[in-house]
Amino acid sequence: MKFLLFVLKRLLRLVLTVLIISTIIFFVIRVIPGDPALVIAGVDASEEEIDAVRARIGTDVPLGEQYVSWLGDIARFDFGESMISGESVNKLIYERFPLTITLAFMGIILGIVIAIPLGVLSAVKRWSFWDYFGMVFSQIGMAVPSFWLGIILLLLFAVRFPIFPLFGIGSLKHLILPAFSLGFARAAVILRLTRASMVEELSKEYVITARAKGLTETMVKYKHALRNALIPVVTITGIQFGYMLGGAIIIEQVFSLPGLGRLFLYGIYQRDFTLVQGGVIFIAVVFSLVNFLVDVLYSVINPRIRIS
Amino acid sequence: MNGSILEIKDLKISFGTGEKKASAVRGIDLDVMKGEIHSLVGESGSGKTVTSTCVMGLLPEPPAIIESGTIKYKDLELLSLTAEERRKTRGKEIAMVFQEPSKYLNPAMKVGEQITEMLRLHLGMNHSEALKRAIEILDLVGLGGNTRVLSSYPHELSGGMKQRVMIGIAICCNPSLLIADEPTTALDVTLQLQILKLIMKLRRKLGMGILFISHDLAVVHDISDRVSVIYAGRIVESGSRADIFESPRHPYTRLLLASIPDAAKRGRKLAAISGRVPDAEHFPPGCAFHPRCPLAEDGCSQAQPEMEKIREGHSAACFCLSKEWTE
Repeated sequence: MKFLLFVLKRLLRLVLTVLIISTIIFFVIRVIPGDPALVIAGVDASEEEIDAVRARIGTDVPLGEQYVSWLGDIARFDFGESMISGESVNKLIYERFPLTITLAFMGIILGIVIAIPLGVLSAVKRWSFWDYFGMVFSQIGMAVPSFWLGIILLLLFAVRFPIFPLFGIGSLKHLILPAFSLGFARAAVILRLTRASMVEELSKEYVITARAKGLTETMVKYKHALRNALIPVVTITGIQFGYMLGGAIIIEQVFSLPGLGRLFLYGIYQRDFTLVQGGVIFIAVVFSLVNFLVDVLYSVINPRIRIS
Repeated sequence: MNGSILEIKDLKISFGTGEKKASAVRGIDLDVMKGEIHSLVGESGSGKTVTSTCVMGLLPEPPAIIESGTIKYKDLELLSLTAEERRKTRGKEIAMVFQEPSKYLNPAMKVGEQITEMLRLHLGMNHSEALKRAIEILDLVGLGGNTRVLSSYPHELSGGMKQRVMIGIAICCNPSLLIADEPTTALDVTLQLQILKLIMKLRRKLGMGILFISHDLAVVHDISDRVSVIYAGRIVESGSRADIFESPRHPYTRLLLASIPDAAKRGRKLAAISGRVPDAEHFPPGCAFHPRCPLAEDGCSQAQPEMEKIREGHSAACFCLSKEWTE
């Protein structure tokens, strides 16, 4: 019952978020210079031709009217048609989304796989080789932009040593380099947090109890302390995952991957209002859903927080 | 066979080296008999927690250095065991109860698991045996008939229940020695009494010896068979409960007792010991208590008094034991 109420509350919040974001994106995209009718009609078009295009794509009616009718559409989960290609925006997103979400998932998993063990090791063996290694790793990870890392990885592992394909899609292998470029910076953040959290937990009193109980050091560290140390890590990892959807836009460009990012980027270039609006709202909804799942997961692993 | 299960002899522990060296424990002799509650009383900084932590084998070395001494548990010389051998005695043979159960219990682990993991590790029980034993333990510590406790997290329990769980964890492997480090200090007064009664009941039932660490003389009076008073890393007086509470001889013990508020002293000014506890880096020379002692004479700052037998089982370390004491 409590859980149902929690879900309802979050849904309401989601609707509000979408409403606010839709308003902002609707007006912002129209304020920036550029008219989709001009893009479609071409530079040589006459006034009449341009007006005809406007009438077709619906930018001839007053702004308020456009806005209301568009809100009505998204309330029915219909993002309309692309102003440029005329294809359904829903269909375009549906085609591109699997690639982007796979990329983000692989990125975050790579990040977790690198960061959590290294963070724990850094905390357990403080001031050892692994700790310094972890520090250097996270410094670099936070300082290096992901697109640059992507280019370097391509040069190294696709051109100089052709282990991975240079571009294209079709196999998991195509996604490893982009996922790594995307996950590297996330790993840096997760690593720092894991280390800090683990160091803090190891200094807590219940660790003394665990030792006084005669448990082995492995049990003390990896059963007692780690369980508590991972609680904040889950939240941060979830938020990082949300950011990855945004980060994917750049990485898809570097690796020429036909994902959501590229779709929306071209939408912006061509002033494809409906596509950009639909894309932004879609990302916002996915981001909110991820946060919701993280909150649920957090309450599962942290017994002190029960959903209420 | 003298029946002692713990025998500490001439234990000296210091922290740091050189200029910063602090001698926290400076030659302690202490024993706990089978089935006995022996209290170690002192103010904070007197070395009582360092001593008990050392007996548990949980003293971090460095910074701590055990300079000399022996700690004998039954026939085992604890200080000569390997780390792994000591670990195996912890929890199983020698167990410990801590001051604040809400901090000393793992917040992210169910109470049941915190009990059963010990049974499985030390006694090799399987899951269902351990669960059965855990239910018996709950019964022993007064949480019987409430098996829901096993699937609760510590924060879902009250302070008193948490301390009962803490005690349950400590006794679940039937240890012969229990170290209780201020187990009632963090509790309400009404709960204190319940927990003390529980500890006494368990001592009777399980026959374990208890080293009871406290600064609270009222609690010590209620629970102890024997009492040792520690000041600045040395035992200054040791004797039966009656010896210490009815005929104290060391000036420090006398002053401590005078500072307990009780109904009989109502209306009179409460005595406080002037000055403050010296810290371990700057213990005064000679008898460490002499700067605060009303009986101190010139010789007290020169040499350190040794424990002197007053009568069988009662001794004190003071040069002025024969002097007249006036309150």
